[in-house]
Amino acid sequence: MDDLSAAVAATPLPELNLRRLLCPLPVIRLEQYVAAHPEVTQLRVVATDPGVKHDIPVWCRMNGHRVIALSEADGEIIQLIQIGSL
Amino acid sequence: MNESETAKNIPEPAAPRRAVALISGGLDSMLAVRVMQQQGIYVEGINFYTGFCVEGHTQAIRTSGGSDEKRNSALWVADQLGIRLHIIDVIEAYKPVLLAPRHGYGSNLNPCLDCKIFMLKKAKEWLEANGFDFIITGEVVGQRPMSQLAAKLRIISKKTELEDLLVRPLSGKHLPETLPEREGWIKREGLYDFNGRSRKPQIALARAFGFSDWSTPAGGCCFLTDENYSRKLRDLWQAQGERRYELDDIMLLKVGRHLRPLPEFKLLIGRDEGESNFLYGYRKQFITLDIVSHNGPITLIDGTVDATTLHLAARIAARYSQGHASDSVVVNVRRLDGSESTLMVVPLPKDEVNPAWMI
Ligand code: SF4
Repeated sequence: MDDLSAAVAATPLPELNLRRLLCPLPVIRLEQYVAAHPEVTQLRVVATDPGVKHDIPVWCRMNGHRVIALSEADGEIIQLIQIGSL
Repeated sequence: MNESETAKNIPEPAAPRRAVALISGGLDSMLAVRVMQQQGIYVEGINFYTGFCVEGHTQAIRTSGGSDEKRNSALWVADQLGIRLHIIDVIEAYKPVLLAPRHGYGSNLNPCLDCKIFMLKKAKEWLEANGFDFIITGEVVGQRPMSQLAAKLRIISKKTELEDLLVRPLSGKHLPETLPEREGWIKREGLYDFNGRSRKPQIALARAFGFSDWSTPAGGCCFLTDENYSRKLRDLWQAQGERRYELDDIMLLKVGRHLRPLPEFKLLIGRDEGESNFLYGYRKQFITLDIVSHNGPITLIDGTVDATTLHLAARIAARYSQGHASDSVVVNVRRLDGSESTLMVVPLPKDEVNPAWMI
């Protein structure tokens, strides 16, 4: 793991567990989470479907959010998301 | 007339009318949205996730497959069009549509007419909840035999009570005038007259719009149109003795080889490492066989086995391992309570694998 990846994994943030969910469920669950938690400005999502590397950044872009860091280790993809970044 | 009076007399520019588009991820809905955007309509997309949607699941699970193939096509289309997309989970709500369709099935277990009605009703709910003005779909008259004949499109409009609010820009000229046309929100002459199964007009329009990439034209929207998948789903219902399903059931039907040697149980055998890893994730829900003496796939047993049938299952699993030509193969058995044991078995010879077992 590089420094950034370690930082992504270690930053104390709300974490959304999207492991084992297949496309498009990670995006559905993320949208539901963001809608239900207006107070959250940053969160970490952990998924195992490699499709999230495309889909979550696209979903973020079209909704005014941003993936600020991404790391991959042991088959898990971790993304740090800034909510309402635009 | 002073300046403020002048300003009062200038009408406010009308806020753009807002339409919600059903985005399947295919070319037709992509074109339908662009046609409306060209008429100044603000569009957002919705995509309903039933659990059966053809998405990158198989590629995501299987070991092979380029990363580009794994994108979600509806999201990708929305991104190309510069619109927001809402992917909505309708897994539970969809069950009655599939289990008891009022208008029956297509050539497989695809209840297309009921499905379209269901999705448009959901779209109408969304439209009302979000204050949008009308709905767009990429349907083309006569394109698919079951749901897209002009008469069927009218049934769909009527049943959803959407007759006036449903615009099909690609075939609009063949269909009755809608409210957005009468109100002047959109112009009928800007709609198209596509008709029938030929894809040429759509491809020409895509080129004219400058689109160079799109999902497979006329690709099915879901696994229910697939003969093999439908057979597995029927087998599941028959084995359960009733028509019902959970999300895990229908996901597992997409993965692995499925063999039913006896009515009491079915085997799910991974076809590559990716599938085995995926099946391994279900080891707490199924008796799991793992070949330990050789390389081989994970096998799940769905159903009930006794000592004799477990032995048969292990022999079949061994048949699909690299030890298939060996005299004996060691198979680890993990039971639902977590206890494990090993079996030493002779792999079942190829000619003893009954083709009728394959689902
Ligand atoms: S192919 Fe599937 S998703 Fe498409 S209309 Fe038919 S049943 Fe519905």
